[in-house]
Amino acid sequence: MTFPADITARFSAVAPACDFWSVRVMRSRAESLGVTRGVADPIGLSDDMGAMVTVHAGGGMGYAATSDVTSAGLARAGRDALAWAQRSAGRMVAPLPVCTGAAVYHDHEDKPRTPWEAVTRKAKMERLRDVAERLKSNARIADWSTGVSFTDEEVVMVTSGGDFIRQRRGIVIPALSASATDGRETQTRTFGRGGVIRQGGLEVLDDLGFWTAGPRIGEEALELLAAPDCPSGTMDLLLAPDQMYIQIHESIGHPLELDRILGDERNYAGTSFVTLDMFGSYQYGSQLLNVTFDPGVTGEAASYVFDDDGTRAEKQHLIRDGVLQRPLGGAFSQARANAPGVANSRACNWNRPAIDRMANLNVEAGVSTFGDLIAQVENGVLMETNVSWSIDDSRNKFQFGCERGRIIKNGTLGAVVKNPNYRGISATFWRNLKALGNAATVQVMGTPTCGKGEPNQAIRVGHASPPGLFAAVQVFGGH
Amino acid sequence: LIGSIMQDQFFTLADIIGARLKGDEGFLASFSGEASQFVRYNRSAVRQAGAVEQRYLTVELFSGRRHAAQVVTLTGEQADDTERVTSAVTALRDVLADAPEDPLFLINTAPQSTSRVLPDRLAKPEDMVDAVLRAGAGHDLVGFSAAGPIHRGFANSFGQRNWDTAHAFNIDLCFYLQADKAVKMDHAGTVWDGAAFAAKAATAKAQLAALARPSKTIGPGAYRVYLAPAAMEEVMGMLSWGGFSLAEHRTATTPLLKMVEQGVVLNRAVTIMENSRDGLAPGFQNEGFVKPDTVTLIGDGVYKDCMASPRSAAEFGVPQNGADENYEAPLSLDMRAGTLPQADVLKTIGTGIFIGNLWYLNYSDRNACRLTGMTRFATFWVESGEIVAPLNVMRFDDTVYRMLGDNLVGLTAERDLRLATDTYEARSTRSMHLPGAVIDDVRMTL
Repeated sequence: MTFPADITARFSAVAPACDFWSVRVMRSRAESLGVTRGVADPIGLSDDMGAMVTVHAGGGMGYAATSDVTSAGLARAGRDALAWAQRSAGRMVAPLPVCTGAAVYHDHEDKPRTPWEAVTRKAKMERLRDVAERLKSNARIADWSTGVSFTDEEVVMVTSGGDFIRQRRGIVIPALSASATDGRETQTRTFGRGGVIRQGGLEVLDDLGFWTAGPRIGEEALELLAAPDCPSGTMDLLLAPDQMYIQIHESIGHPLELDRILGDERNYAGTSFVTLDMFGSYQYGSQLLNVTFDPGVTGEAASYVFDDDGTRAEKQHLIRDGVLQRPLGGAFSQARANAPGVANSRACNWNRPAIDRMANLNVEAGVSTFGDLIAQVENGVLMETNVSWSIDDSRNKFQFGCERGRIIKNGTLGAVVKNPNYRGISATFWRNLKALGNAATVQVMGTPTCGKGEPNQAIRVGHASPPGLFAAVQVFGGH
Repeated sequence: LIGSIMQDQFFTLADIIGARLKGDEGFLASFSGEASQFVRYNRSAVRQAGAVEQRYLTVELFSGRRHAAQVVTLTGEQADDTERVTSAVTALRDVLADAPEDPLFLINTAPQSTSRVLPDRLAKPEDMVDAVLRAGAGHDLVGFSAAGPIHRGFANSFGQRNWDTAHAFNIDLCFYLQADKAVKMDHAGTVWDGAAFAAKAATAKAQLAALARPSKTIGPGAYRVYLAPAAMEEVMGMLSWGGFSLAEHRTATTPLLKMVEQGVVLNRAVTIMENSRDGLAPGFQNEGFVKPDTVTLIGDGVYKDCMASPRSAAEFGVPQNGADENYEAPLSLDMRAGTLPQADVLKTIGTGIFIGNLWYLNYSDRNACRLTGMTRFATFWVESGEIVAPLNVMRFDDTVYRMLGDNLVGLTAERDLRLATDTYEARSTRSMHLPGAVIDDVRMTL
């Protein structure tokens, strides 16, 4: 077997003459298991490895990625990256940052409490079959499925400046889904619907309560099918963490990405209503709002020590007491904007260059218990589990839908409602934040498929959050 | 990566996999490779430029009805790749020991070998960059260009061999005037024509003048709109998210549930088909089935057929029709043209909205096939058949049954061939051939 570190050494021996080079080798070995409508899905394995070479020459920058990790292939990648650096010299959008500082050596493997291999594949499949059976509690459950994927990811980065950074981690993504139908309408309930992703091993599934969630998911799908539609009106809105994560993602995370603010994403993922002059003074949310870039949360999807530019990652407040502090921008973006940022230059795989990404973006806990949050609502709705998301290209006007709602009247949680939706504007929505759950209510969510970049990249990000209570939100139902 | 060489390498690996089989084992192998030149632009300069050369092989080993698959990256060097596929076969043999019999395992056992290698008629990478930067001189250009060969292959232990090489480019740009006001242009194909690109860019830049007028903000309400083909592409993209999937139909999770279960129809002008014959996507799928030329999904407003993968076909007892298991959706969507001349679009709108692009669509009520999304880029307020002002972004929230049903005023006689620009994991070969649509009373909400 060839290890990523061997390939970086192989490249070092054939690297082109240039001002600076880096090679990032990534190997992802994955396994996916699942059961759909009572039948085991075909077992899928993958072993994906390749190298990304970046070259600086004469003020230009070029990259070349290749799955050909032989010496000849790596040498060709070096030449291709150099050729692109030479072609782009004098035509770059901004001068390249000068690499300074002492060489870094970092070599670390995360150790899960229960390695993926600790339980046989056969035993894991039997447990999944059991979970799947318990999803289908009723003949009206027409579609039901469960699955787990595990990825063993290893990234090694070496630079001409003597840096060596090796990081290895496991990533677990579980899924459960049940759809109930009466023939005229269908309602689906899931286990976080794409918002559950963790670093670690099999212990993640125990921690999340995955193995025992089947009956609840099935019953709640049936409950939704019989439920009335969400009412319409302007009212209080309590968002559970499995909706808060996407609200944070779309209306705080994306607008604070520095490459968007600098215009890189205007052709694809969009621009931002946030401008550089807002940092340090703009009231993004109420005084309760504290948002952090926190790469150190154990188990969160995008925890790491170094980003893919080789910058050490540290916790930073992006919003403190409601006031905008700093953007989500890596080393190159910081140099372009002459602004502080964070270590968030990331690539989704070996075949994509690093760009500004969210990583772990969290809302810090408040002081309310869940009961306190409910108790202060006279007229409102609790919404759980994102199902629909849409926002304008400046990340301002949004509309979200959830799987499940519950009426809140006079401080008491009431009936379940289906098709709960709400809409608003980022620039004002967060200012209406009137309470946040305490540390005991925080849940670590995330998504494996944050899309951005040209060429496109879907990357995993983490969002830990308590429930959040918002005033005067436009809420509505289906049809 | 030269197509004929890649083809030979892949077929040689397929023979090697075949030689590693034991007993009643068989295999399927799918190849996906590309050599892409990617350049990202911002402020009429280069933001990121580079090359990506990738080769992925999926090997599926089966024994009776037990099967499992492994994806591996290849180097292109035979000894190295032989070791990788040999390891993959060994690993999969271990997996088969744990794999249950699969009642839904359906593969093509009647070999249908095909080969298509289109010639390379693309520009040199530096020439394309020069052309883009020239077009952006004096303007605020932002965007992306991608070019190079895309390869797909299939082989199995029944002797079937399929290969497809296409050399394609896709330039996807915006000219920005200010803030979020921009004109979007794309130029894609298999034959580079610098003059045609320059002409398109000139047309796009000329449209900036209309964006320079004071912009207009409208309130919530119902408006007559025109959806240009690029906007229709977003609507069709959403419909393709489950709307044409056999599995979603049979499990009642399709957004077109009302068409399937209650006989709701769209406007008779709406005919949508999968047109593999004229699309860029390969003519074969991952289980080795060769695709039919066309599959009519909606004909004259009535739901006709689904995209059926072999796995769904086996589960629900119908014939497969060329879809992949993980993508039961059209890859080469073709919407029949209407009769409205493009030149009459503004007159037909009268007073309303010309929507050049839509953005970030999603279902706001899947059972009702209700979509929400935002206007983006060149979108204008029209009065008395004349463009009056650029429109500030506005959200719509309406059902497909209304928009492409009774409220559809007309589809344009002219159509655009939209080649997908997406590059998640690999460059897409999807395409859509679409008219524009004038629609009455579209609900705008925020």
